[in-house]
Amino acid sequence: MTNIFKSLSYGALIGVATLATTAQADSGDTLASVKSRGEVLCGVHPARHGFAAPDSQGNWAGLEVDYCRAIAAAIFGDADKVRFVALSSQQRFPAIQSGEVDVLVRNVTATLGRDTALGLNFAPPVFYTGTGFLVHAGSGVETVEDLDGATICVAPGSTTERNVAQIFASRGMEYTPVVIENNKQLVDAYVTGRCDALTKDKAALPGVRAYDTTDPEEHVLLPGIFSKEPLAPAVRQGDDQWYDIVKWVVYATFNAEELGVTSENAEEMRSSDDVDVMSLLGTTGDYGSKLGLTEDWAYDVITQVGNYAEIYDRHFGPDSPVQLDRDLNTQWTDGGLLYGFPIK
Amino acid sequence: MSHLDGSIRGGQKPRATLGSIIYSKTFRTIATQVVMAALVVMAGLFLYNNVVENLRAQSIATGFGFLQQDAQFDIGETPIAYNATDSYARAFLVGLLNTLRVSAAGILLATILGFSVGFARVSSNWLLSKVATGYVEIVRNVPVILQVIFWAVVLRNLPGAREAIDFGGFAFLTNRGLSFAVPATDPIHGPIIYACLAGIVLSILGGYLARRHREKTGRYISMLWPSIGLIFGLPALVWLLGGAPTALSVPALKGFNFRGGVTISPEFTALLIGIALYASGFIAEIVRAGLQATPTGQIEAARSIGLRTRFVMRYVVLPQALRVIVPPLTSQYVSLIKNSSIAVVVGYPDLVNIGNTAMNQTGQAVEAIAVMMMVYLTVSLITSTFMNVYNRLVAIKER
Repeated sequence: MTNIFKSLSYGALIGVATLATTAQADSGDTLASVKSRGEVLCGVHPARHGFAAPDSQGNWAGLEVDYCRAIAAAIFGDADKVRFVALSSQQRFPAIQSGEVDVLVRNVTATLGRDTALGLNFAPPVFYTGTGFLVHAGSGVETVEDLDGATICVAPGSTTERNVAQIFASRGMEYTPVVIENNKQLVDAYVTGRCDALTKDKAALPGVRAYDTTDPEEHVLLPGIFSKEPLAPAVRQGDDQWYDIVKWVVYATFNAEELGVTSENAEEMRSSDDVDVMSLLGTTGDYGSKLGLTEDWAYDVITQVGNYAEIYDRHFGPDSPVQLDRDLNTQWTDGGLLYGFPIK
Repeated sequence: MSHLDGSIRGGQKPRATLGSIIYSKTFRTIATQVVMAALVVMAGLFLYNNVVENLRAQSIATGFGFLQQDAQFDIGETPIAYNATDSYARAFLVGLLNTLRVSAAGILLATILGFSVGFARVSSNWLLSKVATGYVEIVRNVPVILQVIFWAVVLRNLPGAREAIDFGGFAFLTNRGLSFAVPATDPIHGPIIYACLAGIVLSILGGYLARRHREKTGRYISMLWPSIGLIFGLPALVWLLGGAPTALSVPALKGFNFRGGVTISPEFTALLIGIALYASGFIAEIVRAGLQATPTGQIEAARSIGLRTRFVMRYVVLPQALRVIVPPLTSQYVSLIKNSSIAVVVGYPDLVNIGNTAMNQTGQAVEAIAVMMMVYLTVSLITSTFMNVYNRLVAIKER
């Protein structure tokens, strides 16, 4: 009952909110409304360790949370001027469409369907991942091919639900999906053995293993990444200025890593005579004002949040609870997919 | 209008002038309703147009075209053939059938339990009535969603497939559900089901004829054994004629799961037990109220004319009790159907679960929710209509 009501209320929310907020979405003044509100409303995952989850002190932490903070730092010069709105998979798109949040940094896979049919625009991906499988140690499952006939626990409303169908169909294998919305119930169903495997974005699985299972040693991540999941921030279509800001905040963190600018050395790098560094830190040109921001917008982002490597290592690095190889998420100069468009 | 026409044609009353029509009560009643209806329709159209226009302005796709697209996701329990290359429309149909399946089983279970507990509550047996009271208080006062989760957790903690609880090699209970042997598929199964249905129809007809006979002659004919004979005997006869096939499809552990036989999933069972027990508590109270609404004098009068005890219940108490029981029972059935949407929490692929998935895959929330709303509305209205027809059958007929 609660769920049909939740769905219905979201339907009503879209209906009413689209009536109420069309003007805002059309005229492209998200930046103005963010400024007058004094904070960015950022849609995040309610609990995905490494990406967005409240830490032991109750503060939001994670790679995507840091991108919300980076946007706030670029606009206000203060990374704390952000309000986090935890959204379930089904809540996320209505929330961005209706203007309940200004930007969605919530494990959203950028796809053509979403780009066109949902009225969204995708900034550059902040994380490249793909479908992965967690299985019980000692179950004899070593590759995804061993899962023929298995029961698979999967969350609804995710691209994963489609990927798993495709992964099994393309290999001529069968499986039984168990689709549970509540993450705790979903993980519980897997842990108690109701399912032979749990499938999610591979990047989310170490967090599940570290935080949601009683004995992390009992669970094994299957090798390989299945499907392409570029996780990208999303904004509403029709506000180019706002889209540009989100896009260039992401590029700034890529470029800072590439240029060796960190939160530690940004102050001294301000006196650099490298024109790329000068453009990034706002000591030359008027790139900030072209975005409708201050000239040292990227300086604020880097000093308060860090460059991409710093953000990544904080949440997925060797010293973090959720360790994950950078894999595709390295700079293009190291053979990865991070390629910051130049600021010039 | 007939009143108005009559007064004009009758000629005895004053001729209808514009004024007399405007001031007539009938005209005013009708006019008010027409105006109200028009306003409601206009408001509805205005809201609908606004939503559509605004969605279009934000480049959000609208319309029900997506129902024809490939769904591209799999469903765990499918009463009809379905795979990922079928359309969203078919996926919705699978969800609807799953909702109907768990609702029908739930209504049956809740009715049997509810009536038993309701009778137990008014029983003169002290222990029985106290146990029934305790049961009602527990199942009624714990939120249904917690009950469903409780049963899901209980069932999930059953042993795994390799340590299955074995019932003589024909049934196995595991955390993957209850798997049991069923007769292997045979062409005679269809005719057996028809024979069973024919048996049920014939028993109802027989019961009706027996009652007619009793009302005419006062002589009672028990239809209990003839009915049992018809309902079970007819299918058995067809089975014998079909060569008495005895082959069984027995579940066997193969790979990860039991294959063969029939498996009832833990999600279905948890949802069924949860919503049926919850509703049975309310039904028990409705039944108790119905039974207690029958004046004691009626029972005493029935006994004093020497009516056998079971006939007192059947011909004196129940007919009067049902008049009180049926209307609130209808609401319980309708709310049980709606409660089945809790399926999402435990992962049973009902209409809402599949609707949510479709909504997220396509992003067409307004349309997906419209489909779900229409389906629940239709199912609930059909249920109420059936119950209202039944209510008319048992209601007091004043002649």
